[in-house]
Amino acid sequence: MDVKKLRESFPGEIHENPGGGILTGKLEDVMNWSRANSLWPLVFGTSCCAIEMMHTASARHDWSRFGFEVARATPRQADLIIIAGTIVYKMAPVLKRLYDQMSDPKYVIAMGACAISGGPFFYNTYSVVKGADHVIPVDVYIPGCPPRPEALLHAMISLQEKIKSGMTREAIRSESQAMLQQ
Amino acid sequence: MIDVLETKDTGEFIINVGPQHPSTHGVLHLIITLDGEMIKDVDPQLGYIHRSIEKMSEKLSYRQFIYVTSRMDYLSSHINNQACSLAVEQGLGVELPSRAKVIRIMMAELTRLASHCLWYGSTGLDLGAVTPFFFGFRERDEILDIFEDTCGARLTMNYIVPGGVMYDLHPDFQKKVKQFIINFKKNFHEYNDLLSGNIIFQNRTKGVGYISPQDVIALGCTGPVARGSGVSCDIRKWYPYEGYENLQFDEILETDGDCFARYMVRLREMEQSIRILEQLVDAIPEGDFQAKTKNVIKLPKGEYYQKVETARGELGVYLISDGSQYPYRVKYRSPNFSNLFAMKTMAVGQKIGDLVSVMAMLDLVIPDIDR
Repeated sequence: MDVKKLRESFPGEIHENPGGGILTGKLEDVMNWSRANSLWPLVFGTSCCAIEMMHTASARHDWSRFGFEVARATPRQADLIIIAGTIVYKMAPVLKRLYDQMSDPKYVIAMGACAISGGPFFYNTYSVVKGADHVIPVDVYIPGCPPRPEALLHAMISLQEKIKSGMTREAIRSESQAMLQQ
Repeated sequence: MIDVLETKDTGEFIINVGPQHPSTHGVLHLIITLDGEMIKDVDPQLGYIHRSIEKMSEKLSYRQFIYVTSRMDYLSSHINNQACSLAVEQGLGVELPSRAKVIRIMMAELTRLASHCLWYGSTGLDLGAVTPFFFGFRERDEILDIFEDTCGARLTMNYIVPGGVMYDLHPDFQKKVKQFIINFKKNFHEYNDLLSGNIIFQNRTKGVGYISPQDVIALGCTGPVARGSGVSCDIRKWYPYEGYENLQFDEILETDGDCFARYMVRLREMEQSIRILEQLVDAIPEGDFQAKTKNVIKLPKGEYYQKVETARGELGVYLISDGSQYPYRVKYRSPNFSNLFAMKTMAVGQKIGDLVSVMAMLDLVIPDIDR
């Protein structure tokens, strides 16, 4: 993100002084602003959607433009878990444990039809969890099988905007639940 | 998630790698017994992505069950669809139009290329080089654009159906493939420059993860894993399907049997795929893209088996029909499942760091193992 854009997006006032400057703003706003611009995702992919997640990280789509590039392999350093792929009953406790190991504030994106509802594996299967929100709370849902990289970027940016606007996790979740009901 | 489970008096200890671990490329769980840094035993645990695809297929019609296979080995989805379509066509006894056959081969080879591009990138990431990831995905994105024009999807295509292909080719297809071939040939030397000649990469792969041809045959490994040990097993050469017998291409064999040999096999296979595409891109016959088939397919009672060469090895589709519109039983012989169990032979006696290169060169797709 370039400096000009960063200045414009800063939630507060910038007082220019020779040799430096003073930033003033509400602490809560500044916290939310910095939190939204440094969402570090956890490297977590179970199946096909993980490939589209890799595409989002690659040069053409380049999620580092928005502050996601520091993909962490350990949940203890991650802020965001993207459930990229099907969750089966054997994997569900592992997902729960990974989620519990993440430190607050933490956010969850369900990527693709499998993570939303079981998707193509909804009928006649004995092993698929019908939606990852049976296991952990989900903030943003992305439809698609698999969703395009642009869709993932859109979801991540909307999550950023919601965090910036000061919404709590409960508010974000209830809004997406309401959209899911429609 | 690496946990030390227990420490024995002998100094050996057991650690878990996975199910969530970046180098396992998915949700594979390995229980590794270590003596210091030396690997004593590797025990893969499966089932973390078992989606019961085979059981589901028994309640899906012969047209529907093919769509689920795109999610099996998602990097070779065209080839999976092709294998199932060929098995169904065996039962139907239809003769494909020549245009459909050529389209299918071109799509299969593009898929193989895209899969190897991704493997190249992820191999680099696993072994500590980030740049190959961007180079591999540059070519892969170009192939996915070609797919998207024609099939409307980037990853799970569902384009190849019993009787031919679902739609005709996009008008720009030939132009884009030609442009892709030119770009790929221009860029391909960078693949070799970045990794093949890199001394650090060679130190981490040469002489690491050796497997003998005897072990390869005993464990049923196929694809680049077997060909890296000098075992000739290319289904396209041995049991040609859909007109591979009329094409000029070489089966790549390396005899070293180590990680570097498997790396070279895949890299050289990419050149052969380009060779096949070059032969076909100007020779797509005019005509129908689909043979006439009934809407509801009912196969005669019996058993049908078709094997194809995916990017990872031999995929076999075994169909049992009881005469109804649903398959009685579907069994997949997936290449990754057999290749996975060669890991123990390759990794025992090596250092734990070498396990990463062994797994990178196996190029596993976990949903194909668990299905």
